Amino acid sequence: MTPVVQLERVTVRYGRQQALRDVTATFPPGAVGLLGPNGAGKSTLLRTLLGFVVPEQGQMRVLERDVKHAALAIRARIGYMPETDAHIPGMNAVSFVAYCGALCGLPPSDAMQRAHEVLYYVGLGEARYRNVETYSTGMKQRIKLAQALVHDPDLLFLDEPTNGMDPKGREEMLELIRDIAHNKGLSLILSSHLLPDVEYTCDYVVVMDKGSVATEGPIASLKGQGGRVFELRVKGDAAAFVSVMSAAGLECHETEEDVMRVFVPGDGQADGHDARRLFQLAAAHGMQVRHLRASVPTLEDVFARAVGER
Amino acid sequence: MERLRERKFLGLLLLSWLPFLVRSVQLYIAANYPQTAALLAPTPSLFREFLDQQGIFVFFITLYVGSGLIANDRRANALQIYLSKPLTRVDYVIGKLATMLIFLTAVTWLPGLLLLLIQMMFAGNLTFLKANLFLFPAITVFSAVLVTTSAFSMLALSSLSKSRRFVAVMYAGLIFFTAAMYQALRGMTGSRAWAVISPGDMIDVFASVIFRNQATTSVPFPVAILVVALLIVASVVVLERRVRGVEVVT
Repeated sequence: MTPVVQLERVTVRYGRQQALRDVTATFPPGAVGLLGPNGAGKSTLLRTLLGFVVPEQGQMRVLERDVKHAALAIRARIGYMPETDAHIPGMNAVSFVAYCGALCGLPPSDAMQRAHEVLYYVGLGEARYRNVETYSTGMKQRIKLAQALVHDPDLLFLDEPTNGMDPKGREEMLELIRDIAHNKGLSLILSSHLLPDVEYTCDYVVVMDKGSVATEGPIASLKGQGGRVFELRVKGDAAAFVSVMSAAGLECHETEEDVMRVFVPGDGQADGHDARRLFQLAAAHGMQVRHLRASVPTLEDVFARAVGER
Repeated sequence: MERLRERKFLGLLLLSWLPFLVRSVQLYIAANYPQTAALLAPTPSLFREFLDQQGIFVFFITLYVGSGLIANDRRANALQIYLSKPLTRVDYVIGKLATMLIFLTAVTWLPGLLLLLIQMMFAGNLTFLKANLFLFPAITVFSAVLVTTSAFSMLALSSLSKSRRFVAVMYAGLIFFTAAMYQALRGMTGSRAWAVISPGDMIDVFASVIFRNQATTSVPFPVAILVVALLIVASVVVLERRVRGVEVVT
């Protein structure tokens, strides 16, 4: 399948600060997560693809067109949901969304009809005649999605779409995104620092860290990459034991509880082998293993591995 | 254009046509009562004075319409919405400029030309018009200079802040502070050449040349052109730097 976005050695600089370093990545059609901690360069990447920022070097293609030469044609086929609150002041929701449709080239009557449809789709049907400035944070997120969808784009850029939403609103937003990607057949790039959001909605992920791509691939295959993950809790000097495990070639990431997640690289040997290795390490360094359980690899492990390797 | 739904703004627009009404009555009386001709007969200066008067309304309409044009968009982060659509920065600025130009020409060029037509209709002949044919281009060129300078400088100021009130204060400062500075420097040095620091006085030089009146300053016409051109170029540079989809602070 032809990729929707291709970047080749793209470098972006804000003054002395390098925001993107030599980024080469491919975004296939479907739902792609752009994952990374704050400041990793995710938003900069989207803004560069939209032409807001001109890269110092590199080539970018979106929907098979060169961003440098066909920025307007590309933008006509893209919907962008910015990270920050954004609206055109002094308008109610339906006028705002219809105006956005008209800006994308829809005839005014079609734009108005589409605005009503899209506002119902995102759950703002009842509030569509209210001024956008009176909306709550969650509603503002929805209206940003509506204006991105109104012209029926081929590709959506969603920048932190669940920012500031309450749990219920976040769940509904993720459902909408999942529906757009999997039932409406639109391609989308979801930029987020929230692993569960990406894992729930996307099939493919590009992990960014410090302005470059740490890893990319289908989520399922990244999660299943050679090796096993264990949950481990020990009694004793845990920090020292982490150093021991790292020296032994094991990756260890602490979680919010006192349980560590240990990644044992390898080609998936017999069930007890990796666990036995952990017990042996603990015994050799006088540690008590209080909890050891084989775990299912998550996107968090992929992320931690990718970012941790750097 | 939603400004037209605001009563205050509609009132301002109507008020700005009051001088037109008064001048029309003057032209009617001059045409129908020959005994008043010595006092009220139309001269080219009448049109210059009329446009000078309209300058007050240009100032208020520029403040009312222009101060929030970009500032409000910046406050609401609307630029990234606009510029994520198939719209260039130039398109955006032209759109904003057009909004201002429509309202400002509606209180300068339009009533100016209508006044000339009304003079012709009331007089019932083309004598005045034939003798002062330059008035058509003069009204057009002077209105264009006044309106373009006001619109560009206001848009540039509007792009510098997220508060329309602050922009309005900056614009009023630009007009009044520079004029006051000119008067102060003139008082101290006795030279009228200091008028170059006051955009309002430079436009006055334009008007004097275009309407063939006595100049009130000693600034040569080419210098006035240069000052006005510099003001517009500076505004374009500010707009180029400020109207962006993403604000980069380095």
